[in-house]
Amino acid sequence: MKLTGDKIFKISATIIATSALAILLITGYTLAVGSVPVIQKFGLNFFFGQQWNPIEGKEVFNILPYVLGTLATSGIALLIGVPLSLGIAVFLVEMAPKSLSVPISYLVELLSAVPSVIYGLWGLFIFQFWMRDYIQIPLTKYLGWIPLFSSSQSSLNIFTAGAILAIMIIPTIASISKEVISAVPNSIREGAYSIGATKWEVIHRWVLSYGRSGIFGAIILGLGRAVGETMAVAMLIGNAIGPVAMPISLFQPGQTMASLIANGFLDTTRGSLASSTYIGVGLTLLFISLIINVGAHVVMTRVFKVKGGAVE
Amino acid sequence: MNTKYTIVIAIVAIAIIAGAIVAYTYSDSGIIVLNGTGASFPYPLLDEMIKDYETIKHNVQVDYNPSGSGAGVSALIDKIVDFAGSDAPLSTSETEKAPNTLHIPETIGSIAIVYNIADVPSGLKLTGQIVADIFQGKITKWNDSAITKLNPEVTLPSDTINVIHRSDSSGTTFIFTGYLSTSSTSWKNGEGLGQGKAISWPTGIGAQGNAAVAQTVNTTKNSIGYVELAYAIDAKMTYAAIQNPSGNYILPTLESTTVAAQARASSGLPAGSESWSNVNLLNANDANAYPIVGFSYIMVYKELDDIPEMTQERATAICEFLWYVIHDGQNLAKQVNYAPLPSNVVEINSATIKSITFNNQPVLK
Repeated sequence: MKLTGDKIFKISATIIATSALAILLITGYTLAVGSVPVIQKFGLNFFFGQQWNPIEGKEVFNILPYVLGTLATSGIALLIGVPLSLGIAVFLVEMAPKSLSVPISYLVELLSAVPSVIYGLWGLFIFQFWMRDYIQIPLTKYLGWIPLFSSSQSSLNIFTAGAILAIMIIPTIASISKEVISAVPNSIREGAYSIGATKWEVIHRWVLSYGRSGIFGAIILGLGRAVGETMAVAMLIGNAIGPVAMPISLFQPGQTMASLIANGFLDTTRGSLASSTYIGVGLTLLFISLIINVGAHVVMTRVFKVKGGAVE
Repeated sequence: MNTKYTIVIAIVAIAIIAGAIVAYTYSDSGIIVLNGTGASFPYPLLDEMIKDYETIKHNVQVDYNPSGSGAGVSALIDKIVDFAGSDAPLSTSETEKAPNTLHIPETIGSIAIVYNIADVPSGLKLTGQIVADIFQGKITKWNDSAITKLNPEVTLPSDTINVIHRSDSSGTTFIFTGYLSTSSTSWKNGEGLGQGKAISWPTGIGAQGNAAVAQTVNTTKNSIGYVELAYAIDAKMTYAAIQNPSGNYILPTLESTTVAAQARASSGLPAGSESWSNVNLLNANDANAYPIVGFSYIMVYKELDDIPEMTQERATAICEFLWYVIHDGQNLAKQVNYAPLPSNVVEINSATIKSITFNNQPVLK
């Protein structure tokens, strides 16, 4: 057999493509092996318990509060971020004149290039006080009797972290949604207008509906970033630990899996139960990210019936 | 010429120049870089010492990363640094992982209980019991009768107390929780509480490092936290006068720290190669002593051969630097509000540093 250029290219491309899978498998395997000691010790309580005690000889490490903290902050990020992102995308494609849409698209994409530590710093020095003065104080004053809005007074809390995550995922969701909406054929719009639809009707009944699988994909990418975001969250979420980190109120200090790892991993020694714990948290985080992505794929293929990139 | 080629040539040229600069910087310029990491508690002083030392010894550069005592100890165990800093002595299990570690107490500092209450200056009177109750979430309002009783002349707000603590593994936390354990039985025996570099905090907001705690207290109204005194002074914070065993309310100052150090550290200390796990400088028995005081340690291996890629030159540089820290370096302590080491501690340390070996030979003669 002669090795032609084409064959070499094919083989090397295959190797490169499979290496992505290999990296995922190796990461998952290493994390699984590393977290065996802690899961053996605490069993299911590791995932569903709330206790945390790092003092030597009395160690207990359960991670439910941080799993829920991750879901809570990402949920807040989506609730705030998705409507804003879609608004930006629709405006840029459907309404803005070109002189406005080009610079704004650039700026939105530029937002995604800002390192997360900068968002963290800005959040720490400026943004948290806006949150406190204009959202937290009014809400807790009038709705504080609802546990969801009860207050710890500090603005380093789950809501502030979720809000900064919302800002961080806007560029991802907005720019992909913009591409998706631009790809909607003009014949669809023309057809809708021709039967007398208003602009609003055209956008939400035809354009968004036509592009929904792509927009859903954009949202999942944003969610992926929110789940894994570490630095900005660790700076703003208040880093509570143990049962008090259970996310009950929006305005209490919490902890996500990523911020927990950022806070503590450096301090553990190799082979200790604590280091196994952090590896276990890493495994859980990887697992949850996988579920989100696989779930998104299922939703896209089953619910939206996407085949070969087109909506049926 | 084709623009493509121009760009390629430009990139190659930049790469060559950058490579040359890097190569020049790291080549045999004769500079020995010593790496240390750990406690942020002594960092303001250590930073001054390093700057001063580098003006004396031009061929040595010391990099110290104030990443926290926990990180320091784990770097020591992993043998990725020349020396580590920790305010907590090695525990039994840590000693097993890093056998033959020497403890060199390099300075003495105090922990200030800092707060941020509008119109309340430094000097709010607190007892160890009250501080423990606040950090345990038992006292939640600033105008709690336990606090107002001690401070009839101060108008305290009815607001909720925002507790700020460390989120990383910290020697400052180790000293502070040690003090709370001596002051409050419910702290000592509480679930997840007691003394440790990290504990399960029953309330409050976590911040990473002394500087971040100071910053968070400064930006959070009605908050309370604990930081090493130098950070409190540097960040212009207000801090409490704490009741000592003689019943006096004492502000953390250079004098009250020095008095405590003299009273607690002048006798009964182990040798550098022994365990220091039972040593603390809390609750010194002197009318003017501040009660929350502690050593910060530099930790090194007794046999420097234990560290990969160690050379005679590096070993000498390490020992000379440590020698400077416990002798001439102590002259810098007062200006950054750390207590200079008492003479008996310097003696113990001198013997410890002389016992460090490389290739079975003492490094310093």
